[in-house]
Amino acid sequence: MPDIMMNGAAGRDHVGELCLSGKGVTKVYGMGARRTVAVDHVDFEFRKGEVISIVGESGSGKTTLVKMLLALTSVTEGDIYFMGGKRDITTRQKKHDYWRGIQAIFQDPFSSYNIFHKIDAVLLDCINMRGGKGFSKEKKTEMMSEACKFVNLEFKELTNKYPFELSGGQMQRLMIARIFLLQPRILLADEPTSMIDACSRATILDMLLNLRAEIGMTIIFVTHDIGLAYYVSDTVYIMERGRFVEFGGADDVILRPSAEYTRRLIQDVPKIHEPWDFTKRSPRAVLT
Amino acid sequence: MRNTLRQVSRSANFMIGFVTVMLILLMVGIYPLFNPGSPLDMIGLGTFFKPGTYISMYDAVETATAYTLRIDDAAAKRVAAKLPMADRESMKRWLIAYGIAEDAIHTDDLNDLLNLWNNTYDESARPAGLTSAFRKSVARIDAALEGLLEPLDVRVYTTSPETGETRETARIKDNQFINVSEVVNTRRLWLGTDNFGRDAFKELLAATGVSLKIGLIAGVIATALGLMLGLLSGFVGGIVDDIIMFFANLFTVIPGFVLLILISYSIGQEQRGATVVAAVIGCTSWVWTTRSVRAQTLSLRNRDHVNLSRLSGHTLPRILVTDILPYIASYVVMALILQICSGILAEAQLSMLGLGPKTTETPTLGLMMFWGMTYAAHQNGAWWAYFPVILMIALVSFSMNLMNTGLDQVFNPQLRS
Amino acid sequence: MAKVMLDVKELTTKYITRFNEDVYAVDRVSFQVEEGKSLGIAGESGCGKSTLALSLMGYYFAPLRYMSGSIKIDGREITSMKPDDARRSVLGAEIAYIPQAAMNALNPTQKIIRFIEDVIQAHDTSKTRKDIRDMARQRFEALNLPADVLDKHAVELSGGMKQRTVIAISTILSPKVLIADEPSSALDVTSQKMVIKMIFDLMRDGFIRSMIFITHELPLLYNVTDDIAVMYAGQFVEVGPAEQTVFDPIHPYSRGLMRSIIVPEAGAREQKLEAIPGTPPNLKKPPAGCRFAQRCKFASPQCRATEAAFTTIGGGRGYRCVYPEERLREVYAHA
Repeated sequence: MPDIMMNGAAGRDHVGELCLSGKGVTKVYGMGARRTVAVDHVDFEFRKGEVISIVGESGSGKTTLVKMLLALTSVTEGDIYFMGGKRDITTRQKKHDYWRGIQAIFQDPFSSYNIFHKIDAVLLDCINMRGGKGFSKEKKTEMMSEACKFVNLEFKELTNKYPFELSGGQMQRLMIARIFLLQPRILLADEPTSMIDACSRATILDMLLNLRAEIGMTIIFVTHDIGLAYYVSDTVYIMERGRFVEFGGADDVILRPSAEYTRRLIQDVPKIHEPWDFTKRSPRAVLT
Repeated sequence: MRNTLRQVSRSANFMIGFVTVMLILLMVGIYPLFNPGSPLDMIGLGTFFKPGTYISMYDAVETATAYTLRIDDAAAKRVAAKLPMADRESMKRWLIAYGIAEDAIHTDDLNDLLNLWNNTYDESARPAGLTSAFRKSVARIDAALEGLLEPLDVRVYTTSPETGETRETARIKDNQFINVSEVVNTRRLWLGTDNFGRDAFKELLAATGVSLKIGLIAGVIATALGLMLGLLSGFVGGIVDDIIMFFANLFTVIPGFVLLILISYSIGQEQRGATVVAAVIGCTSWVWTTRSVRAQTLSLRNRDHVNLSRLSGHTLPRILVTDILPYIASYVVMALILQICSGILAEAQLSMLGLGPKTTETPTLGLMMFWGMTYAAHQNGAWWAYFPVILMIALVSFSMNLMNTGLDQVFNPQLRS
Repeated sequence: MAKVMLDVKELTTKYITRFNEDVYAVDRVSFQVEEGKSLGIAGESGCGKSTLALSLMGYYFAPLRYMSGSIKIDGREITSMKPDDARRSVLGAEIAYIPQAAMNALNPTQKIIRFIEDVIQAHDTSKTRKDIRDMARQRFEALNLPADVLDKHAVELSGGMKQRTVIAISTILSPKVLIADEPSSALDVTSQKMVIKMIFDLMRDGFIRSMIFITHELPLLYNVTDDIAVMYAGQFVEVGPAEQTVFDPIHPYSRGLMRSIIVPEAGAREQKLEAIPGTPPNLKKPPAGCRFAQRCKFASPQCRATEAAFTTIGGGRGYRCVYPEERLREVYAHA
């Protein structure tokens, strides 16, 4: 476990308090014969300062849940509580306030950008959203440079560039710079590394965890990769067909799974040090 | 943006189409400067004058200077013009019936034929196998031949209005010429006249201008409506989508053209100006643009950049304009071109049925076709009254489709090779 | 020594882009696969893995172009064949190729048996429909695939079942080499396991006699293949038995890759995850010297000047580095 995770909670929020929770959250698409229940009465309690993972395979409803948490789609049934109170997104202004507290990074960096806008526009948006509209040009540039520096990018080289002139890894890092400027309480990271080569994955993860330590936020990873979930998170939720089948501390869920589904999922993932079912390799000692 | 324009300008298809449309527009704009006056003036008394240069006969005699030119084949040409092949064949038939060997008769060599004829023809002879009607027609030909080889001068007489005395004022020899440029009144009718005696070429250009205007208005209305409804329907979804798609489906099921006919008919002849017709066409053809814009918007709505834009607190109009519209702009431009093109065709169809703009006040391509059809231009052999119109419609719609194909090749990554 | 099924020597192929630039995506690649063995190819995206898979079929279509080198399948040279001959007598019968999106290649209007008829009759017109059906049924049963799949349409099958069906169809002629390019990456882990199990069955029953398996997922590769080759910028930078390559890599790039693996196992949380900075070089203009030098944290000026040669050491291992093995091990020990 990287050290930063230990002091990560030193930010604004007190560890252990609820920051985002839900009761009986349900999403139903369509009606009649085409009625599908994407998320089926799920309960969850995400605590401040934690790194939480929601693990599910495609079609498990995790993307729908993310959209509900982000208020990008309506909740059919159930309640979501945010920072101690029931979430109120009834007006535009309240929604706007909610989005100051919860932000997201999406899976595909290539589709996360409006290809017609320069990179500066993305970062300027963030400054404006945090009430920096009236700042001087120098102040804004300084803020943007600082954000870029945090993700190891040089703002001077990026300014006046279009997103497609960047590599996938750079684009995803810029997304983290965006979060750096927005400073939300909660970050939903929806498969942030699945489109990125494994050898660049660590960079992105380190940056996210560093950012968490820096501004003290809660990170919710949404992923299909159970190995990644185990590596980064304190708490793991396993989702299957719209329901949470198991949740708990990462070690408990991954090393001592109780639900049948979790057991199968972990068993089916190819491993290195432990035997993988039917393969010819024998278990071996961990090499260091 | 600049890059896109550069790519578009490199597309041969687009440029051919674009240049053709621009040339047509240029002609429509420039021709009236050289040939002023209303395109609807009925300058010809009579129907379907042939294309060509019309020279005032009066001025040729009265004001032009006469020049004497010695041209060897002038006489032969004149004779040939006066004695068409059909007449020569009739003469040959008479001669054969009279007993002349067929290979002694040369219809190509006029001098030879006329010499043989003058030596042989006898009006009172009744060669076997010829009807009396035929003999009479041959007799008429014989009468017209008089003086053909040695023409007499044409004499021009004028009667003095005061004394009533008639005297010869000019004598025109067969070798006298005038210089066309010295004739004060000539008129070049490139495509002759139509059934009303209007200058068909001038009318065609004016009609092209009006038709393009109708197409443009119809296209802009249809595209604007389609774009707005499609964006709303695709992005907002829910009940808005249901209502818009209900009407779109309704318009899809009812054939658009029937609707167009009904609306045009109920508006009535008096109210139907070019603009009104254009608006009616525009309002009935938004459906396809709506459907395709909606489909494109639906696929963009769930893109992460749109989600991020919402998370950044942007308003709906802003998201539509900055995050959706630029992505489908190229597509909308293409739809606009097709809508303009189909607007022109729809007007032509309506006008052919007599439901186009008021029939006598504006020239449109459809109306020209309508009149050409009504006055049986085709049966009269007056190709100039309808064929150039068809050609113009085809040219406009072809070049617009070519532009579209060019744009498609630039914007559609699948077609880039 | 076992019979060599696939023998590739100094194979170089290139792409020609729209702007007429050459991209040397496979650069002087050599390797051998023996009968009953499998070779895995690892590397990040854009390193030339998939191009190598396409190049091995001996059937080149624009924009891919063969440049030089030889490919021998069971001793028979295929690069000198005419394209049409290669397609008729090599593809399907000698070599089968399964790309990642193979399952989407099934025409939804046809029953599965029709594809099998197509494949068999393209090579042997004497077989009757009944023969083919019997043969297909036997093969499907041997591979634990339900035989009623034969009379279904592709849309009736799940993603994993479709992929397994496609593999069964493309190996129906028992090819000598199977080239699987990310055959399970688009599937969930359970379907992935079934696909891998089926590939093992194919191997065990001798329906395929050797295999090239390409994936970016190292844990999977480690479990599937006997040997692993690590590819970078169009070249092999390390080849060796799976065990050694994963746990004892020689090349700095392989070492970086192995240190970026995450698996859900006890102890995984305590492991230090590493990243390789930067991006792979542009193959239109490969850098002089070692191609990995720009991203290598152990690189010296010498690396940027000298092109690294491929060094073979014992035990079927080899690596492409300017430094000798001992020197590298010394550097790693202090890192």
